[in-house]
Amino acid sequence: METSVATELRLGLPGRDESEAKITSVSNKRSSSEMDDSCDPQQESVAPAQKAQVVGWPPVRSYRKNILQKKAESSSDGSAMFVKVSMDGAPYLRKIDLKFYMNYLDLLKALQNMFKCTIGVYSEREGYDGSEFAPTYEDKDGDWMLVGDVPWEMFVTSCKRMRIMKGSEARGLGCL
Amino acid sequence: MDQDHKKLKESSFPCEVLEKVLSFIDSHKDRSSASLVCKDWYDAERWTRSNLFIGNCYSVSPEIVARRFPKIKSVRLKGKPRFSDFNLLPQNWGANVHAWLVMFAKVYPSLEELRLKRMTVSDESLDLLARSFPGFKALSLSSCDGFTDEGLKAIATHCSFRLLGLVQMIIYQNLTELDIADSVTEDIGGGWLSCFPESFTSLEILNCASLQCEVSFDALERLVSRCKALRVLQVNESINLEQLQRLLVQVPHLTRLGTGSFMQELTVRQYKDLQTAFSNCKNLQALSGLWDATSVYLPFVYGACASLTFLNLSEANLRSGELAKLLPHCTSLRRLWVIDTVGDKGLEAVGSSCPLLEELRVFPLDPYDLDNQQGVTEAGFLAVSRGCPNLKYVLYFCRKMTNDAVVTIVQNCPDFTHFRLCIMNPGEPDHLTNEPMDEAFGAVTKTCTKLRRLSVSGLLTDKAFEYIGKFAKNLETLSVAFAGSSDRGMQCVLEGCPKLRKLEIRDCLFGNAALLSGLDKYETMRSLWMSACNLTIKGCKLLAKEMPRLNVEVIQDEWSDETHANKVYVYRSVAGPRRDTPPFVLTL
Repeated sequence: METSVATELRLGLPGRDESEAKITSVSNKRSSSEMDDSCDPQQESVAPAQKAQVVGWPPVRSYRKNILQKKAESSSDGSAMFVKVSMDGAPYLRKIDLKFYMNYLDLLKALQNMFKCTIGVYSEREGYDGSEFAPTYEDKDGDWMLVGDVPWEMFVTSCKRMRIMKGSEARGLGCL
Repeated sequence: MDQDHKKLKESSFPCEVLEKVLSFIDSHKDRSSASLVCKDWYDAERWTRSNLFIGNCYSVSPEIVARRFPKIKSVRLKGKPRFSDFNLLPQNWGANVHAWLVMFAKVYPSLEELRLKRMTVSDESLDLLARSFPGFKALSLSSCDGFTDEGLKAIATHCSFRLLGLVQMIIYQNLTELDIADSVTEDIGGGWLSCFPESFTSLEILNCASLQCEVSFDALERLVSRCKALRVLQVNESINLEQLQRLLVQVPHLTRLGTGSFMQELTVRQYKDLQTAFSNCKNLQALSGLWDATSVYLPFVYGACASLTFLNLSEANLRSGELAKLLPHCTSLRRLWVIDTVGDKGLEAVGSSCPLLEELRVFPLDPYDLDNQQGVTEAGFLAVSRGCPNLKYVLYFCRKMTNDAVVTIVQNCPDFTHFRLCIMNPGEPDHLTNEPMDEAFGAVTKTCTKLRRLSVSGLLTDKAFEYIGKFAKNLETLSVAFAGSSDRGMQCVLEGCPKLRKLEIRDCLFGNAALLSGLDKYETMRSLWMSACNLTIKGCKLLAKEMPRLNVEVIQDEWSDETHANKVYVYRSVAGPRRDTPPFVLTL
């Protein structure tokens, strides 16, 4: 049981279902007491009982929760932003949802994990100089850009697909 | 006449001697007791107190403190009620430190240490702090909010050295500690690290593990290399393994280390370097961070594990096998924090490898997915209790528990001082017998006579509270959620538990009768929190009327109306009602 979960290819945190339903927050459960206002208009519509969430329960610290919730929210609101990712030398492509990540750090970590490669640290001057691979993307205009040059939000909306290039090739991009 | 003179001599005690004696007393509880003996002792105590501890910032005012204590060097101040950690308190509720800082700047210019918990700290406050105390050494912000890296920049820039123009001297202030613990907001960038001037070398403790952003590694590396006295370094997730190695070789004498992320592909050379770096850390007592650590790279930390007393794996989703391989290297381990991905099997390994263990915390990987059946159960807890008889502190998140297991656990480990059991599904019964979990907590309170803190969960009737009230003679903090069958439950606790200081209750059906049964009790306690219970404004008003020295506050939110009091916070205070209440807080 344990090993099958460990080896499964996943995009998110281990242990979570990819198709997680939207987490709704429900007013506290007073339905079990005699004081039930069954017509409380403030109660939000509830997803199946198992998926409902009571505010602040279980009592896990805020910062921990916020990180998890943000990841859940970003993948469940509205449209996802799926883009294909290829890596030089890899036999097949992968697809990721850009809306799932909150910033470049998250995205690069996930890519490194997915493709088992080292991408290294981005710098404005040198790009990903020094590392084996460099992430690039094709933007709306059809140009190939280095990942990290533009603000995150702009990147998410303009990225059409990604290619993880071998370092030697990417160096050309960095010094343009 | 002679006899009277004699009497006078015997009963008078030179105040210098008294002050000298009292100056050896550190514990604020002992000091409080000493101050109550007589006027002389009260005076001697107030002149010699240098450490100020205020458990509830609203229980007293800055003015009162300033009048009483003239010579304070270090302050510990706590603000919001604990349930604010779980988003039960609206934003801008209060606990702003600014008024306190203004007073400190005026009355305690030689203040050296400030430790805040659950307080709101603005950048303006941090700036005031940075400029007001020439001898300032240590700042700790635990679960605080309200500041950005601008505020931290002020600290970094100004706390480092101060020019005293009049005296024609340069005095280097010794900022030794900067700890922003779990004060996480997205507004805090990493730029402030670059603001420590090159001349600044005194840092001993740096904890910025909870920063959500990238940090300038250059600045960090330079800071670390010139602060030779650094003994605690906790970096954030943005620091990778290669960078970690470069830091470690500068400070092998660290006693506490928080690593960055383990997600990096290493060459053989890099792996070996890291292994060497860790093996050279002979003084490491605590290790944390370890984001995304897996069996691939975890082994290079083994060399540093022999001296570890605290291992925090709450960011590393380890499996049982990985944990089982790591633990035998940690022969001195006293405290262990893990995620429930280790499973019951991993906890078996804890039981067999950590005989000296005193504290165990098991956090849930995914607390919000109620369908999820993974994690730990009573079996894991049992296994730990069998192998770790010295267990004193436990925080255990699980989805299944049984009464029998808990009874056995406390028989194996009767020395619990902190027992926090969180069965994550509200109102969950014993999963084998389907009965309430009353007997479990009965056993805990009966067997663990030293119990000071208890968090209960699962399906509980009034019986559980009868047990608590009757047997928990040393209990100081009690947390209750989704429990009880009538007002009598809460009443039992209020009428028993002689040492109760903090009571926090949520989502229970206790009503006004329960609230009012504790009239006399609340003045002996620090505070009471009740949310989503059956209290009405009327009931709270009655409490406020009967007990004028208590502040009875109702926090209005979307679930309140004119009658129902959804969030109630009651605490004793000598400062009277708050003067800074936001519009949604009603003081009755």
